Amino acid sequence: MKSGTLSHWLLLSEWKTHLKQAAVTIIAITLGVALGFAIQLINKTAFNEFSAAAKSLSGQSDMQVLGTQATFSELIYPVLAQHNDVELASPVLELDVTVPGIVDKRKKATLKILGLDIFRAAIISPDLIGIPAQNRQFDTLADDAIFLSPAAMKWLSVKQGDFLQLHVGTQTVKLRIAGGLVRTRAGQRIGVMDIGAAQWRFQLIGKLSRVHLKLKQGVNHKTFKMMLTNDLGKQYHVIEDVDQDTRVANMSRAYRVNLNMLALVALFTGAFLVFSTQALSVVRRRNQFALLRALGLTRMQLLGQILLEGILFGIIGSLLGLVLGYVIAVTVLGIWGGDLGGGFFPSVQPRVHFDIFMATIFFILGLSVTLLGSAAPAWEAANAHPALAFKSGNEEAALMKLANPWPALACLVLGGLLTQLPPIINLPVFGYLAVMLLLIGGIALMPRFSVLIFSAISFVVTRHTSYTVLTLALSRLANTPSQAAVALGGILVSFSLVVAMTIMVTSFRVSVDDWLRHILPADLYVRTAASADVRGLTPDEVKLLSATSGISRADFFRSSKLMLDPTRPSVTLIARPIDMTDPSNTLAMTDDVIMPFLLPKDVIPIWVSEAMVDLYGYTLGKRVKLPIGTSPTSYVVAGVWRDYSRQFGAIQMRLIDYRTLTNDQKVNDVALWLQPGVETAQVITSLKNLPFGNALQFSKPSQIRALSLNIFDRSFVITYLLEAIAIIIGLMGVAASFSAQTLARVKEFGMLRHIGVTRRQILSILTVEGSLLTGLGIILGFTLGWCISLILVFIVNPQSFHWTMQLSLPWKGLLAVAMVLLISATLTALISGRHAVLGKAIHAVGKDW
Amino acid sequence: MQLFKLSIVRHISWPKEDKNWIILLARIILFSYYLFATSTFGGSHLLTPQFSPVTPNVKLTFPHDLGAHPDFRIEWWYVTGWLETPDKKPLGFQITFFRVATAINQANPSRFAPKQLIIAHAALSDPSIGKLLQDQKSAREGFGLAHSKEGNTDIKLNDWQMVRDNSGHYQTVIKAHDFTFRLSLISSEPPMLQGDNGFSRKGPQPEQASYYYSEPHLKVTGTIIHHGKPITVVGTAWLDHEWSTEYLDPNAEGWDWVGVNLDNGSSLVAFRIRGKNDNEVWTYAALRDASGYIKQFKPDQIQFEPKRTWRSPRTDVTYPVSMRIQTGSTEWLVTPLQDDQELDSRQSVGAVYWEGAVTVTCDGKPAGRGYLEMTGYMKPLRL
Repeated sequence: MKSGTLSHWLLLSEWKTHLKQAAVTIIAITLGVALGFAIQLINKTAFNEFSAAAKSLSGQSDMQVLGTQATFSELIYPVLAQHNDVELASPVLELDVTVPGIVDKRKKATLKILGLDIFRAAIISPDLIGIPAQNRQFDTLADDAIFLSPAAMKWLSVKQGDFLQLHVGTQTVKLRIAGGLVRTRAGQRIGVMDIGAAQWRFQLIGKLSRVHLKLKQGVNHKTFKMMLTNDLGKQYHVIEDVDQDTRVANMSRAYRVNLNMLALVALFTGAFLVFSTQALSVVRRRNQFALLRALGLTRMQLLGQILLEGILFGIIGSLLGLVLGYVIAVTVLGIWGGDLGGGFFPSVQPRVHFDIFMATIFFILGLSVTLLGSAAPAWEAANAHPALAFKSGNEEAALMKLANPWPALACLVLGGLLTQLPPIINLPVFGYLAVMLLLIGGIALMPRFSVLIFSAISFVVTRHTSYTVLTLALSRLANTPSQAAVALGGILVSFSLVVAMTIMVTSFRVSVDDWLRHILPADLYVRTAASADVRGLTPDEVKLLSATSGISRADFFRSSKLMLDPTRPSVTLIARPIDMTDPSNTLAMTDDVIMPFLLPKDVIPIWVSEAMVDLYGYTLGKRVKLPIGTSPTSYVVAGVWRDYSRQFGAIQMRLIDYRTLTNDQKVNDVALWLQPGVETAQVITSLKNLPFGNALQFSKPSQIRALSLNIFDRSFVITYLLEAIAIIIGLMGVAASFSAQTLARVKEFGMLRHIGVTRRQILSILTVEGSLLTGLGIILGFTLGWCISLILVFIVNPQSFHWTMQLSLPWKGLLAVAMVLLISATLTALISGRHAVLGKAIHAVGKDW
Repeated sequence: MQLFKLSIVRHISWPKEDKNWIILLARIILFSYYLFATSTFGGSHLLTPQFSPVTPNVKLTFPHDLGAHPDFRIEWWYVTGWLETPDKKPLGFQITFFRVATAINQANPSRFAPKQLIIAHAALSDPSIGKLLQDQKSAREGFGLAHSKEGNTDIKLNDWQMVRDNSGHYQTVIKAHDFTFRLSLISSEPPMLQGDNGFSRKGPQPEQASYYYSEPHLKVTGTIIHHGKPITVVGTAWLDHEWSTEYLDPNAEGWDWVGVNLDNGSSLVAFRIRGKNDNEVWTYAALRDASGYIKQFKPDQIQFEPKRTWRSPRTDVTYPVSMRIQTGSTEWLVTPLQDDQELDSRQSVGAVYWEGAVTVTCDGKPAGRGYLEMTGYMKPLRL
């Protein structure tokens, strides 16, 4: 018989008889690959689209000049336009303007408006030119007209010829919708108007947001960038497209990477499933393999044969996974858009392209995971001595070789050590490696644990009771620890992940909730309609507002954006009254704080968020320079506070210092404390009656909290989904290994039946075994999951999102999941084992030849 | 007089395969007519300023009237001429600056408020290339980047400019995509006032008129950069300067114009405005001799008769590139330097017309050289 035919025949016969197990293995791989691929596709597509949309705003420019603050003086524009190396300079005023009456589920409804000089923008970003009505060509220059992208028109439910009301600070601007835009990306919500009109209507006369530059041919970009940066000074950034790409990527990178890691975990769980089914299948076929070896099949041929099975599972599972993943991605993007809950890609409507490169990677991942899962069992089967393997009942010996505890311990120790390493390019790579090592180590130690624990229990139980079912189940578990371990693998992995994620999310949520309570001490919050840095109350309006009856105290805030590094998103600068007797009364301080009386007198104190420490190295006590105001001033970091809402960093300073430095007297937000006995509604009514009352937005702290927590929960929905899938794969593992085991134990059950054990009792044995195993898996899974949660809370989160949190354990929730898991795993074990005892006892014993 | 369809939306490069370009083109052509034919624009009507009307019996004063007239809606300086390279090869060139008052943004205090637009167009006609090389620019006035000043000719549009000094020398620098002009133009005679002492009618209504003078026989010296090589050139040019508020009759479809520097020192200008029904809405012709005496011809003394047509392979538009023009008893035969001097700018300006260097013979003998412009030959598009 040719070896090819033999191999073919062996595979087919094995699959025919054990179709279910083959199917389970393939489904596990399929789910793992599908999930990973889908998340990767969705994130990548959304990111690409988001990035392309951002890029479409800068068109074909070579470089951009930006200010450190949101806007800068337009007088720099003619200088740039007439620069010797500059072919064309296109000035841009960009605003995010509040649209009244539009409620967005996630955040404030703002429309991005670009003020452009059509004559210059037409060359650099021709897609952003407005298409006016036939007889109104001059609308592209009109001072009352705006052109909207199709997505913006749809979002605002308006059409050409309608009027659009926008809020600027406390005033309303009415613009005529003069037409659409030549070409914008699907879902991109933008409006374009003449730059002169934008300056006028939005009260930014003399201001620009950026200037796009197209350089002359042959100009060295690097040299030009260096020289211009030098000439312009610290108040400006000269950036290339690459820098902008980096900035856009930096915005969502941590989120994307963490989600991908979670998706990979699902695939990883799948690997254990492959391992357990393959290991048990090899054990079950020991006699068969021994016979083949005795008939002349070489060791390598046998190894190849078993690996081939794995490869085929891997190929089929991975291919199905890619298809399923693509379908999931298309469906998700079609129904919910590109945002998976993180809020990084709002209003993006990307189209999925089947990414061959990523598909290949996930295919290889799926295949290698399968190979990895089947390698150890294949190796063991190939190396088994045929003569010994013929004998019945040495399955345990076969698996025992896999139970060497030292590699497992090494994994655990290494995992522990890796947690001490710093992040790589702001990503917690070592944190995730540590998680993986802990999982591998924990699972590899399972056989030892089960021997120890079940022997101990067995010892105690047999002394005190003679309940057959229990003793039989326990002795089985105590004496075949490896098979028990294999069955446990899936449960252990999935439950520990659930525990870890739940602890992390709960800790995060509790911390956010505490933080919200701390930062929202006032009774009522008032803000003017937001539009970047332009919004605000004038000093006169502030006076009127403060004088409203019923108010005992009013704190005013001025917030603006500062771009400290052009490759990172801007940081937020918040100027507000800060309690100088103890700043932690005002801010949610960490332990890093210098008491105000210890601060040097010659510098201005600033308090920075944790992200500033990680991203910009603003450590406690450090003296820094900030581009605020006109004259360069020294600042000292007087404290570090916790900030869960601005991942890219925020700086707080006293309003009085800010006003001295900038002469900017406007404020954006107001916190109001009411006199005792005064109703909030009453104050809101009187504030609404102010001349500018219509432009004010009111929120109670409870509303802000509810909204924030709602956003928080939404952003974690996807992680719950991933956990659920991990659990399903884990349960499938239980099913697969129990049905494999019970098949392998047919003769054992036959023997038991012969000596008088009833069918019912055998089923009870299986139930007890199942619940005991799952119980142990849950206990160990909890321990392992708790360790992993420590890594997630104290390493992964601070390293990727730059915030710390306190650990909180959600006992009730975890207990509930544990119970559900225990019951479902036991039932699974029972159902899978049921058909093993349906046959006739005599027939079963006959197998033992 | 030289007329030219222009648009502020230059450079918008919609894709060639985009079927919508026809619609866009139609819009732009419509806009061009708008620019010339009416005085009401879109935008905020609340503050629409009253443009100055063109009225007869206004004395043009120089150098003041060489500068810009921002109170009028539209204005242009249009230079055309013949150049000769060191190896005696002839070239045609054209430089045009437009100023357009937008009538919008009047109350806007922004420096960017587009109250005045500057638009420029340049072309080089080289028979060895077989067609025109051309480039255009447009900008809003402001920031010292673009302007057209009052008092004397001083126009700037980014790195294109034309400035006249007090001695009557024009300096112009045009850095176009395919070529560069650095030319100096010297006028040797006083401006030739067209129409009634510079009041030039364009249609049956008295307000359909412009202020119009020409500076013929400008001596040109300078350099052009062509194919990357600087070439020293000498030649003769013709400058038209016109400003108006209401220009064309609504029934006008296009026009033919010719301006010729005659070898005997005389200057000939003739134009006709064609109506939509093959009729002539207006005709004009004047001949100034070397001594400065101007003879104007009555409409019935002027005839334009196509002698030879050329069909553009790109646009399928047929132009009468050779024309017989009769002024009184004199017959002029106009022959192009090359047939293909069509400006096909549908992808940018949105207009297709013919603007080219021509030689003129009188009674069969060479008489002079000038420029011929023919617009409105592309049939209106039906959508």
